[in-house]
Amino acid sequence: MDLPTLWFGLLAFFFIGYFVLDGFDFGVGMSIPFLGRDARGPNDTDRRVLINTIGPIWDLNETWVIVAGAAMFAAFPEWYATLFSGFYLVFLVILLALILRGVSFEYRHQRPEIAWKRRFDRMIVVGSAVPAFLWGLVFANVVRGVPLDAGFNYTGTVFDLFSPYAVLGGLTTLLLFFTHGVVFVSLKTDGPIRERARQLASRSGMLTILVAAVFLVWTTVSFGSVWSGILSAVAAVTLIAGWLANQRKAEGWSFTFLAATIAFAVLSLFLSLVPDVMPATNDPANSLTIANASSSGYTLTLMSWVALVFVPLILAYQGFTYWVFRKRVSRASITGAPEPSGPAVAGNRVGA
Amino acid sequence: MNDWLDPLLLSRWQFGLTTIYHFLFVPLTIGLALTVALFQTAWVRTGHAKYLQITKFFGRIFLINFAMGVVTGIVQEFQFGMNWSDYSRFVGDVFGAPLALEGLLAFFLEATFIGLWIFGWDRLPKRLHLATIWVTALASILSAYFIIAANSFMQNPVGYQINEVKGRAELTDIWALLTNKVALAAFPHTIFACFMVSAALIVCAAAWHLSRNQHFDTMRPALKFGLWMMVIAGTLTFLSGDQLGLAMVETQPMKMAAAEALYNTSTGANASFSIFTLGTPDGVSELFSIRIPYLLSFLSTHTFDGTVEGINDLQAQYTQLYGPGDYTPTIWVTYWAFRYMIAFGVLAVMTAVGGLWFTRKGRMPKKRWIWKVAIWSMPLPLAAMIVGWVFTEMGRQPWIVFSLLKTQDAVSPNTTGLEVLISLIAFTLVYGTLAVVEFRLIKKAIQKGPEQAPTPDAETGEVKHEATVY
Repeated sequence: MDLPTLWFGLLAFFFIGYFVLDGFDFGVGMSIPFLGRDARGPNDTDRRVLINTIGPIWDLNETWVIVAGAAMFAAFPEWYATLFSGFYLVFLVILLALILRGVSFEYRHQRPEIAWKRRFDRMIVVGSAVPAFLWGLVFANVVRGVPLDAGFNYTGTVFDLFSPYAVLGGLTTLLLFFTHGVVFVSLKTDGPIRERARQLASRSGMLTILVAAVFLVWTTVSFGSVWSGILSAVAAVTLIAGWLANQRKAEGWSFTFLAATIAFAVLSLFLSLVPDVMPATNDPANSLTIANASSSGYTLTLMSWVALVFVPLILAYQGFTYWVFRKRVSRASITGAPEPSGPAVAGNRVGA
Repeated sequence: MNDWLDPLLLSRWQFGLTTIYHFLFVPLTIGLALTVALFQTAWVRTGHAKYLQITKFFGRIFLINFAMGVVTGIVQEFQFGMNWSDYSRFVGDVFGAPLALEGLLAFFLEATFIGLWIFGWDRLPKRLHLATIWVTALASILSAYFIIAANSFMQNPVGYQINEVKGRAELTDIWALLTNKVALAAFPHTIFACFMVSAALIVCAAAWHLSRNQHFDTMRPALKFGLWMMVIAGTLTFLSGDQLGLAMVETQPMKMAAAEALYNTSTGANASFSIFTLGTPDGVSELFSIRIPYLLSFLSTHTFDGTVEGINDLQAQYTQLYGPGDYTPTIWVTYWAFRYMIAFGVLAVMTAVGGLWFTRKGRMPKKRWIWKVAIWSMPLPLAAMIVGWVFTEMGRQPWIVFSLLKTQDAVSPNTTGLEVLISLIAFTLVYGTLAVVEFRLIKKAIQKGPEQAPTPDAETGEVKHEATVY
């Protein structure tokens, strides 16, 4: 395997890391209106339970996109330049959403007023849903191909990016991340919210299976290869397995299967691209390929050594963090009350 | 196409705006992480509750600031591709590497260990928890190194060769890139300036409480710490700035000439440094100025009889080397930015020296104005830092990568002026609103003051921390 191909694989790895990890962050954020309420309306304690499941980790999860972007810049500068300048407005919206979502986690708990918290709740929901949809849209467009001129510059408009196939791709990631996030909630919480999350995942999971199946079949038929088709099939199997595990209350397995689904789906998309990285729909001669988009041998060799040494280290200390925060979050752990012994758990003690 | 819809102009404004904005938060992250680490170390070693209170007090401010640094940082990386795609194509092979190194070696560490620190008070052993803030602090400093190495390539390209076939610069020597002489000088200059910014915030917060006769036990040590940090970091900023000046004269003489608005090559006493100049509106000739003879010669060469090249000579040289064109930066910007940088920095340090004098041997000044100065001098180092970056980046123009690529050739060719206008307006609105919220939250956190430290267990002496929850 030559170096550009290796880096094509490593880039897939970084994006898998991003979508698996920040994907369920998005899902937890989107689940606030569904899970952060009880019969009487929005429940602030439950919303804090939700946010605290990802409190210590959302930042490191989001850092994967910075690394994925930087890796693309370093290893495939042409691809990076074409993609980000071509999909300008889409990336603008992703950026604004990530900004609002990120500060909301930090700002939300700074003041006790309910109106203040609601405002940042809304920003977390929108800031999670928008990138969850748009990342799928972006990758679907990459797979489908876009019109490029001889200098590899995108010649379409922003409206061309919203084809039915691309929108379906966006819906797929939106639903997949949503369900993954809700399963994460059931894995990381205790009390009534855990059961509500399981039931919600059961319903959203069915919809996810439906939409993802159409998207994966469409991808395989129109753009796929044998290998990408096999991986799509594996992704479909793990998705169904994740849903079944959730039905059987095996939260850990369900979460793992859904993570595998995201990984296999991303791999399938990357494999369907080979040997291109961004096919040109107007003239195949203008396509960006693994060969013509990549950096020099020196840079790729250097980056390979860095990745070889540091990626295992990164996985180790990030794994350590997940292990430190392995305990489930419950209403009691939020309000500081002793472990629940009855229904008289303190109400909504607001404030940080 | 309308002039105001020029993608180049709008992209430059956007990059300037978003970068300056991002850099309002970065120095506080870098400086406060170290401050918090030092106070937490003091607490772990001595067990004094006041150090724990100071740790948590500045820790809270650090966290309000941190999220903004993270999310505005993503914009920085993405917009190289979005607005400057021809730049990205040309330098990606070289410039991408330090960015990827920054992510893999520094950002991951920072983002992971900050989470452990925030939520780990009640879950990690005391010393391991202390280690998490040290890792965060060192990782933030390390990230600064990589991004400054990347920026230094734009100032003084090294360790590359031009691939004519691909029409791009390619990395040939990562070590040369990382030990760029501009980077070696700019890194300490930037880091110490970051410490000045957080020192000013610490002084401001401490002075606010002390002037109201409250929180003496925590805010007095904080004030002393802040004042000393300012004086030491300020001194080191000047020394490293001097080194950076030498490197600049060697690698980008035009920038030094533009800093002084020196049109004609001058030697010795004639190579004077003007503190203040009134010139004709076009900036070419001066009406009045206050000048210190020899100083520019000394700043540029460390000798009193050195020769400093002037703008006119350099313009002629560059025309020969790089073809016809205007190689002069906007002189009034570089001239005044350079002076304001020095003035704000000197004022900040002088204020701190005054503060040390007024609080010598445990004194507490009674006069209101002394405290007012301490509180309101907070923006000085931050302002110095901003104009310093404006000088560095504007002084490099018309180049985006000195001698290799001009800014006008770097902008995305397919991005329309309308698109950039939309993003510029969106960033301005969102950033402006968040700045107001951010400022209010930090102000509120400062005014709330340090909270009581948890009481140690009577038998074991261990402090039981409450779990952090959002």
